[in-house]
Amino acid sequence: MRRKQIVQPSDPAAVAAMMVMRLYVAGGAPNSVQAIANLEAICQQHLKGHYQLEIVDVFEQPLRALADGVIVTPSLTKLSPLPAAQIVGNLSDTRKVLLALGLQGKTP
Amino acid sequence: MNETKRADPQPLAKIATGIEGFDALSGGGLPRNRTTLVMGGPGSGKTVFSLQALVNAARQRGESGIFVAFEERGREIMANAATFDWGLPALAEKQIYILDAHLSPTVVQSGEFDLSGILAILKAKQEAMHAGWIVFDGIDVLLTLLRDPIVEMREIYRIRDWLADNELTAIITAKMDSQTAAVVNYGFMQFMVDCVIRFDRRLEYGVPAHRLQVTKYRGSDFASGEFPLSFGPSGIEVAAPEPPEIIHEASTERVSAGIERFDAMLGGGLFRGSSTLITGAPGTSKTTLIGKFAETACQRGERTLFVSFDEGADQIMRNLSSVGIDLQAHVQSGLLRMYSGRTEARSAEEHLIKLRALIRDHQPRCMVIDPLSAMAKAGGIGAARAVANRLIHLMKDSKITVVISALIEGNDPQAEATDLQISTIADTWIHLSYLVRSGERNRALTIVKSRGTWHSNQVRELVLSEAGPMLTDVYSAGGEVLMGTLRWEKEAEENARQQQRQAEFEHKQRELEFAEADTRARIKALELDLQRQQAELALYTLDGEARVLSSSEREHELRRMRGADLSTRTDPAAIPPPQFREPS
Repeated sequence: MRRKQIVQPSDPAAVAAMMVMRLYVAGGAPNSVQAIANLEAICQQHLKGHYQLEIVDVFEQPLRALADGVIVTPSLTKLSPLPAAQIVGNLSDTRKVLLALGLQGKTP
Repeated sequence: MNETKRADPQPLAKIATGIEGFDALSGGGLPRNRTTLVMGGPGSGKTVFSLQALVNAARQRGESGIFVAFEERGREIMANAATFDWGLPALAEKQIYILDAHLSPTVVQSGEFDLSGILAILKAKQEAMHAGWIVFDGIDVLLTLLRDPIVEMREIYRIRDWLADNELTAIITAKMDSQTAAVVNYGFMQFMVDCVIRFDRRLEYGVPAHRLQVTKYRGSDFASGEFPLSFGPSGIEVAAPEPPEIIHEASTERVSAGIERFDAMLGGGLFRGSSTLITGAPGTSKTTLIGKFAETACQRGERTLFVSFDEGADQIMRNLSSVGIDLQAHVQSGLLRMYSGRTEARSAEEHLIKLRALIRDHQPRCMVIDPLSAMAKAGGIGAARAVANRLIHLMKDSKITVVISALIEGNDPQAEATDLQISTIADTWIHLSYLVRSGERNRALTIVKSRGTWHSNQVRELVLSEAGPMLTDVYSAGGEVLMGTLRWEKEAEENARQQQRQAEFEHKQRELEFAEADTRARIKALELDLQRQQAELALYTLDGEARVLSSSEREHELRRMRGADLSTRTDPAAIPPPQFREPS
């Protein structure tokens, strides 16, 4: 399963500040399904479309996941803007996710 | 109704680890396509064991394997492996894949996660490499992150099922709390896997001692009990159990110990493959005797191993050359291998493993250990005794003729019996002691026992000179034993007395001979006298008879001439013979 969602914001300045993320999931495993749902909710609420998200299925691309250093699933990597961050788990603890993505304190 | 046919028991398939001693005590190695749990405290050897099994499988059988490192980084593992002779970097190209599964400390956790991802990755890698082995090293690190014990259990089951599905021989290593000897939080894992090995590292009398124990092996016999292990150049070596029955061949061949009279004292020499113990207080020349034996073995062209726990090789050779024993030449030719070990820092077990390696390398026919009692310096007397026993049996198994020295304080050989107790297993026991008398110290050598051969009961004196060690008689008469210069004095005295007696004897002999000759001469003279007298007598008798005869003949003739009647006179022959009378 691979989905790329790219929503272009109208403001060019906002492009630079766009959040680029990659989520590694393990097929239809419960934790992974939950992670996708949780992440989408967070994105809707806090990023309002200013994000790029790639979802990689470890079962379909295992060697790529290996190369990327994925150990547990689900695993979310924030690629941009810096600093990079990595979050593991089904993302049920929203506060931690926001903290790691650097979105804490921004108004929803 | 007939009984249903009994199924033939299928032996459990095992796969060798190639680790010395372990394959012996586990009856063939680890269970094939099953999971083994390796538990142990920090630094107890779990990672080395697992990696070594992987390396051996790759090197010896060309089998590929994956090493999943949860605790250490791949780099660290490679660096640690470089201390052994595995050649890991070369193997890491194709046959061994080391997966760095170390979670960075900066990773944030939000909610539950599981291991399905990594298992998928591993599956892909395994298929690509055709790997048959997999090691999960330090899995407790990863599982700690899960925090929930129920979740942990679930993930462990997930791993186990995955391993079973994929037909891999697996080793899982986990840290253990050494105090309670129970795997922290993972006690149930022991019930889940097919084989459990426990590694232990503890201090005994100040020296670290490593042990391993197989606590469970489903479907197989194994040697239960703890076995010591040590770390050698090829990795872990385990001291495997000995077969329970003592089976040694007994040879009748004799080898010389280098001193003729010494060999004679033992009825011809030492038996090939026997063990000889030389005990004595410090300075009684044990090393000299041992050195002579070693030199003699080399002169016979036999490979020899000289193990010393007291001095370095150079010092030994220098000291021995002062008594005419040259080992240097034999070291250079390669016949003699000298090894000097330090006893303080290593346990007796480690010494045994080192000696075993030396024996395997050098393949000696003769061996000397000087002194064996030094093994008891570190790690306690109990361990040293066990090791001494095993060492002697090892040498008997390899048919090595060995001479061992042991130090005992004081002059009483009975004291050895309480120390290392080798005196009971050694075949020959020789004791060196000092005899101090009249301001002089001399060395005495006695044979306490010698199995299977006649031996002299006589104490002899050991004398060292530049020509080498020698045995001389002691002066023993009148209930006293003298050595050294006292003996020399006494011997000189004896000699003088002996010579005097001899001279007296000869003198007396000559006297008697003269007397005999004298008597013979006199007898001769008397005999001659007798002969002369006999002759005279015979002559006189003849004369007398002739005179009588002639007078009667003359008368007859006279009468004839006168013409007298012959017949009136009877025949002179009829005349009774005259009685012999003295002529008046």
